[in-house]
Amino acid sequence: MDNIIVNLIQNEEHKVEKPGIELAQIPENVIVYCEQKEDGEVAEISLELLSKGRKLAQQLNVKLDAVLLGYKLGKAFEKLSWFGVNRIFYADSKQLFPYRTLPHTKLIVNLFRLEQPQIALFGASSAGRDLAPRVASALKCGLTADCTSLEIGDHTDEKKGVSYKNLLYQIRPAFGGNIIATIINPQTRPQMATVREGVMKLEPTPTPNQPKLQAIDISQLTDIEEVIKIISRNIEKPKVNLKGAQIIVAGGYGMGSKSNFETLYAFAQTLGAEVGATRAAVDADFCEHERQIGQTGVTVRPKLYIACGISGSVQHRAGMEQSAKIISINTDPNAPLNAIADYVIIGDVMQILPKFIQYYKKHNK
Amino acid sequence: MSLKIVVLAKQVPDTRNVGKDAMKEDGTVNRSVLPAIFNPDDLNALEMALQIKSQSEGATLTVITMGPMRAADIIKEALFRGADNGFLLTDSKFAGSDTLATSYALSKAVAKCEPDIIFCGVQAIDGDTAQVGPQIAEKLNIPQITYAEEIINFDNNTIQIKRRLEHGTEIVETKLPVLISVHSSAKPCRSRHAKLLMRFKHAATKSQLATLKPEFQALHTQNPQLTIGEWNVNDVQADVERLGLGGSPTKVKKIDSVVLTQKESKKFTSCDGDIEQMVTELMESKVIG
Repeated sequence: MDNIIVNLIQNEEHKVEKPGIELAQIPENVIVYCEQKEDGEVAEISLELLSKGRKLAQQLNVKLDAVLLGYKLGKAFEKLSWFGVNRIFYADSKQLFPYRTLPHTKLIVNLFRLEQPQIALFGASSAGRDLAPRVASALKCGLTADCTSLEIGDHTDEKKGVSYKNLLYQIRPAFGGNIIATIINPQTRPQMATVREGVMKLEPTPTPNQPKLQAIDISQLTDIEEVIKIISRNIEKPKVNLKGAQIIVAGGYGMGSKSNFETLYAFAQTLGAEVGATRAAVDADFCEHERQIGQTGVTVRPKLYIACGISGSVQHRAGMEQSAKIISINTDPNAPLNAIADYVIIGDVMQILPKFIQYYKKHNK
Repeated sequence: MSLKIVVLAKQVPDTRNVGKDAMKEDGTVNRSVLPAIFNPDDLNALEMALQIKSQSEGATLTVITMGPMRAADIIKEALFRGADNGFLLTDSKFAGSDTLATSYALSKAVAKCEPDIIFCGVQAIDGDTAQVGPQIAEKLNIPQITYAEEIINFDNNTIQIKRRLEHGTEIVETKLPVLISVHSSAKPCRSRHAKLLMRFKHAATKSQLATLKPEFQALHTQNPQLTIGEWNVNDVQADVERLGLGGSPTKVKKIDSVVLTQKESKKFTSCDGDIEQMVTELMESKVIG
């Protein structure tokens, strides 16, 4: 217990609170692991999770907490005040940025043991996917990767005759085909899930609040956590901005070849669009992984989504079905994607795209 | 002391190109018609392990897989590429294990080998969770290096690895022991070696051997390296409570087939008139332009 130093922000509203007692009175919160970016800001994925976490907490009538481990956290604190966070558990130290597995795991595991959150959300990012399983293993908790939806619901185990109220439904497409699995962790806490960037909507609150800052004591870290050393880092600004694109032209395995796929870039440039891809296209090396849209890639909601040679697996649809308008270009009239498209063009992409451009230029004067 | 390397590999259904013939009428996948393959990332892991083995005199490379009997096929595949031996962890009590229970079972098997370095793929294509590697490292209480792309340096006690992150790379260094999960962008695995293929083509587990002709059994008696090890729950001293459905904290509450809410889509052909009509509609409604 003495690991946590409660450190209240000096403001009128919170001065009267007695640290320690309050901890005991608000058990079982929703907690979001927040990542710090190279520029010191909070990663978007974390803000998206806070937006979702806030809704889950409201539904459960509990509070939303954040945990933030990094270095020079000033900007990050400011940002978190726009997401309805009640408490920020934080540690601000050079040894916590860039992210490393062991120090972060130890601090998170000990925090969760102490705070016993009922739900813990992590980004399905390089860091989150490294950290969350290790934390889950240490706490012997269930963890579901790459959820595409999170809901609250009940469950009755008929064999055991036990009912559970207000569990976290961790929903994700499962194995290869057209099935969606709802996963629950009835007995272990926290209920842990990772979510990819873009899946949850980023929704700040209309006005900021003043989260309580609670420092995590990092003297619990020892040499054991220092065994992995970062020798060098080479982090680039993302080249591809799929999430911000108004129009996306996406290619699937049906594009047939890398050189055919190249035609999408020229097409995209004319329209002011960004190029996306399915996993099958990425696996076939038609383009880089950064462009992958879907459950294990990015989730997008553009004004227009032009799907070229994409049959439309559940995993891919999960990442694009909220697009305002969808065009599906495919030689297969029965491609599942056609069913969710506003416009379906049956035919060869390589013939259709030049015509599209031709008529676009003709009318765009 | 010579270096002990373990590679963890999984046999997976090839979900990458699920064709229509693989779909059942209820919309689920008919696993039995999909070819069973060596999980792609695990092949990258095997390659990285083979590189380490070649740099360390007397190093041994052991492949461990968990699965049904036919999963021994991927151990053979690894033997053809340069692994020294392999173990199949197989027991009906493992069935239904989620990642936590799976990592527990595998960690018990790995511990039995007392390795200095463990390689696995980042994730398996049938689940994509990327959880089992880190969970094994945690259970063995050793550090992990995930998303490994390249070995930068190795000197028997210390390893430097380049990691592939979302927006870049990072080079990290650690002392052994360590678990390294290898990314799909790492060097592809070498192909089968003709000599090794000849040497190990009759490799099989004990249970498989029992179903074969006596001449093969004699061959195995003469060449014990042909016998792939087989371990069950007791062999790895695993606690049954922590295995299978019962040992898995995650439960599948339900599986839904996806019902596509059919939109009222406009159907066009590739003829000029159709394309022009669609483009003008999109421009009039300000979706493009």
